[in-house]
Amino acid sequence: MGRRRAWLVIAAPAVVLFLAFWLLPMAKLAGIGAATPQGMDASAYWLVVTQPRYWQSLINTVALSLGATLATLVIALPVSRFLARHPDFPGRRVLMSLLLFPLAFPGVVVGFLVILATGRQGVLNTLSKALSGDPMVLAYGMAGLFIGYLYFLLPRTIGVLMTAVEGIDKHWLEAAQTLGASPWRRFVDIELPALTGALTAAGAMCFATAMGAFGTVFTLGTRIDVLPITIYDEFTNYANLPVAAALSVVLGLATWAVLYVANSLAARTARGN
Amino acid sequence: MTHPLTIRLDNCAKTWPDGTRALAPLNLSIDAGETLALLGPSGCGKTTLLRMICGLESADEGGRIRFGDDDVTQVAPEARGVGVVFQGYALFPNMNVAGNVGYGLKIRGVDAASRRRRVAEMLELVELGALAERRIDQLSGGQRQRVALARAIAIEPRVLLLDEPLTALDARLRQQLRVDLAKLLKTLGITCVIVTHDQEEAMMLGDRVAVMSAGRLEQLGAPETLYRDPASPFVADFLGTLCRLEGGEVATRHGVAALTFRPHEVELAPPGRGLPARVQARFFLGSHIRFELTLADGQRFTALAAPDAIWQPGDTVSALIEQARVA
Repeated sequence: MGRRRAWLVIAAPAVVLFLAFWLLPMAKLAGIGAATPQGMDASAYWLVVTQPRYWQSLINTVALSLGATLATLVIALPVSRFLARHPDFPGRRVLMSLLLFPLAFPGVVVGFLVILATGRQGVLNTLSKALSGDPMVLAYGMAGLFIGYLYFLLPRTIGVLMTAVEGIDKHWLEAAQTLGASPWRRFVDIELPALTGALTAAGAMCFATAMGAFGTVFTLGTRIDVLPITIYDEFTNYANLPVAAALSVVLGLATWAVLYVANSLAARTARGN
Repeated sequence: MTHPLTIRLDNCAKTWPDGTRALAPLNLSIDAGETLALLGPSGCGKTTLLRMICGLESADEGGRIRFGDDDVTQVAPEARGVGVVFQGYALFPNMNVAGNVGYGLKIRGVDAASRRRRVAEMLELVELGALAERRIDQLSGGQRQRVALARAIAIEPRVLLLDEPLTALDARLRQQLRVDLAKLLKTLGITCVIVTHDQEEAMMLGDRVAVMSAGRLEQLGAPETLYRDPASPFVADFLGTLCRLEGGEVATRHGVAALTFRPHEVELAPPGRGLPARVQARFFLGSHIRFELTLADGQRFTALAAPDAIWQPGDTVSALIEQARVA
């Protein structure tokens, strides 16, 4: 009895916080989304799922986030493996600091960096013009967005994966080696399964971060609509609260759905062998 | 089982990149079908030597390693055909027992049906037939040890290498598995190297024992030879306890500068006949009693006596040292 009461004392503030700052605003948001926007004849949810403009925005967002997540994992895995396996090559600390430097940057700064690198006055532009006479500008299209996303996803992911690689027992790899496994087989049979958890967690974090990314896209002023920008537009430019709320709910649900599928797949791979 | 091979190491040394010497140049020949135990304290180079044999470490320039007539010095570990049981076993956590035991066969492209047969055979051999589908984290320490052993021999290795195979287990289980392992090695008839810091394990499992210290081979021989005729005080002390007394009373009674002897070579008698000593402590150990004693000048030594010995701490006795040896 005493133990149960102690639990209540500990749990009560958490429950209050959860209700006040999560459940109530969420319910309110979901409720606003059910309202009918001015001059329309259906609820905002209906509009959001039927109008191609919003659909396109959702597809853009999911595609870009999935692509950026996969690219991040593909780049970060070999880099993390190298850094974890070579704890003391010259310049390692400097390299680590450089890699982790953009961690604290807000999206606006990342967007600005992308413009500096690949914008109309950017380094890439100048270089390509000098080399081929043809200026190359990536910043304001899909490629620019993609580069921007990598900027803020890579440092986060490298940190997580490095720790995971360091956690792999090197005797597992040596045992596989003496049993005849080539480096590739050791990677596929032993390392990847050991990293599944970390890859899933890092991937989920990347995807969720990318889905909600705003500052970078905003700064790049791209023609491509992603959901956070669409929400911002509906909210500030058109004062269309119901649609903004409905889109927010859709953004949350889409993110949750993709993460759910990814987690189930990862769990199945982990059990599969 | 494949035909057992000799292992020959010629002039094998190991220097780490920072210049420290892990192993002084060493020549060693292990007979076909023989089990050699590498015995020594931690840091003596025994595991490095084992890793050199399986190829996970390379020998310094000029070293040669041969399996039979085959020079394997430049052969990668994955192509050497060695079965290794690692310290801590290194079982793959993402595979079940059958997956672990069959992994080497899968790598070799053995088809699923033959693989299943061979895995069942191996598990039968280590008496784990019923556990094929178990996850690794559901196994006890002793079971893991057997799975690691089954995994190593499933590939029909040319030589078998065991790194501290029983160290992770509790004393009682270790005793039993030692007997089982000795029997299994005899059945397999494979050339085997066992690394251990446990002298009893080395003497029970090794046809010959190589005692190592500070990167050098101190002595190589049958367990009995090493025990009865140690080449150095280090070997004598590592294989059991060695006591040493010198000067004063020892010189007068035995006519030598110093005496070295083993605790069971001392007989305790009522005062008067041998070296006068005082009982400091008495430990009853079932099959015998262990006495810690001191001479009048403070030198300490140990004696083992039959379980009916009557001496108590504080008693004065005389120590008759049977096989008095000149140190």
